[in-house]
Amino acid sequence: MLLIECPYCGPRDQSEFSNGGEAHVKRPDGSQEISDREWGEYVFIRSNPKGLFYERWVHSHGCRKWFNCVRDTSTDEILKIYKLDDPKPPLKDFENKIQTPSGEPDVGSGNFTVKK
Amino acid sequence: MKKKYSIFSIARNAFSGHKNWPKMWRSPEPREFYDAIIIGGGGHGLGTAYYLAKEHGLKNIAVIEKGWLGGGNTGRNTTIIRSNYLWDDSAHLYEHSLKLWENLSQELNYNVMFSQRGVMNLAHNEHDIKEIKRRISANNLNGIDSQWLSKEEIQKMVPIMNTDNLRYPVLGASFQPRGGVARHDAIAWGFAMRADEMGVDIIQNCEAQKIRTKNGKIEGVETSKGFIRANKIGVVASGHTSVLAETAGIRLPLQSKPLQALVSEPIKPIIDTVVMSAAVHAYVSQSDKGELVIGAGTDSYNSFTQRGGFNIIEETIRAMVELYPVFGKMKMLRQWGGIVDICPDASPIISKCDVEGLFFNCGWGTGGFKATPGSANVFAHTIAKNEPHQINAAFSLNRFVSGKLVDEHGAAAVAH
Repeated sequence: MLLIECPYCGPRDQSEFSNGGEAHVKRPDGSQEISDREWGEYVFIRSNPKGLFYERWVHSHGCRKWFNCVRDTSTDEILKIYKLDDPKPPLKDFENKIQTPSGEPDVGSGNFTVKK
Repeated sequence: MKKKYSIFSIARNAFSGHKNWPKMWRSPEPREFYDAIIIGGGGHGLGTAYYLAKEHGLKNIAVIEKGWLGGGNTGRNTTIIRSNYLWDDSAHLYEHSLKLWENLSQELNYNVMFSQRGVMNLAHNEHDIKEIKRRISANNLNGIDSQWLSKEEIQKMVPIMNTDNLRYPVLGASFQPRGGVARHDAIAWGFAMRADEMGVDIIQNCEAQKIRTKNGKIEGVETSKGFIRANKIGVVASGHTSVLAETAGIRLPLQSKPLQALVSEPIKPIIDTVVMSAAVHAYVSQSDKGELVIGAGTDSYNSFTQRGGFNIIEETIRAMVELYPVFGKMKMLRQWGGIVDICPDASPIISKCDVEGLFFNCGWGTGGFKATPGSANVFAHTIAKNEPHQINAAFSLNRFVSGKLVDEHGAAAVAH
């Protein structure tokens, strides 16, 4: 369970928040011209990385404001929280804790079936 | 040599203190080249290798697994098996699987402990009643045994259930008598053993790291035990499928989330069927050891940590205690999370893709265990023939371009 620091209200329990999925997804331009495949990409497909992930949260039982977050999905560690109009922090600012795309971090994975 | 299990083999091995049972499968080092490599040594992957060898005559097959066999979601679910899905496409797929389950112990000569004790889906409000009755009718049209139970009939079958004195009273239920539970390890081990006998190489502690392609064609897979060339690769890695697909430049419509379950201390037989409730979100069955096996929901956020948030357990236990006050003072022994890959329409993907020789069997989300043999069977067909079986034709990747989704959020029963 996460402790999330709302940029407007401060640290609060995760149960006050709702997750909004991937952040920085842009609706494609030229909705009349683009193909079904491009529409499908926009409607259905989202990144699903193991490791560093940009995502949105909303403080639904608090100030009801949206904000962005960088979280490590392999450990659930929250690395940075920033407001919607702040620039997207580059990936190189953060340490990636896994060596291979589907590897396990040394601490915090919860997976005991894999030899580290 | 074909390993046979019978009462005589048990008696014979009892004399030597059960120390001389033969190994169930070899542990070979990977060869340089395989006709087909299956990534993921869970039930679906091992079953795929089994049916590829048995029904399609492929000989040179490998299954590679990052951890141990069945240590992923095959060993991390609540083992509920049913086929009462709403739409024709899914009903055919899950019913195909249920029919294979019914004969699997005989076919594999390995007891998968399939117990057809029935599965009940509770209705807690007017809308549930209408939805469930609609689904029962759809099931009956597809030849699936599914029936409506009144509150009185439920009370008779599960006398410990509190049907009236709770916030969302129990108003009725659907019941599929042929549904039930099975032993999670046995399905992986049974498939593994029989696949191994037909020459399939099962390679554990071998992590797939990158799927290599060249000119739109599959080349092989880089693993922690070196590069292995292959003509065909089937990815059956549940929560990690999209991560592997990404290494081949393919984006899949999947989101990975932890799904939790927990097990209580063992008690004497108290509940002899499977009871599921989507509305208050608690489902329970009792294992042969006497433990209550309780399923919780998924976390709201993407994660690959195999534990899940505590708030999810709290919600599930709250619903459990309200529905079965008699369980109020029980202790829970174990809790775990499995990483499930959820599709936007809560239906699986069993499909080829733009890369020649690369196949995906994923998106089973919160309900893949019941489909293990059926999914493996049609996926083997898809890999061998390079085109889908008529049962899985609707579950192609192309449905996220055409928009012809198979929306099973209602029948999936687990909230996500």
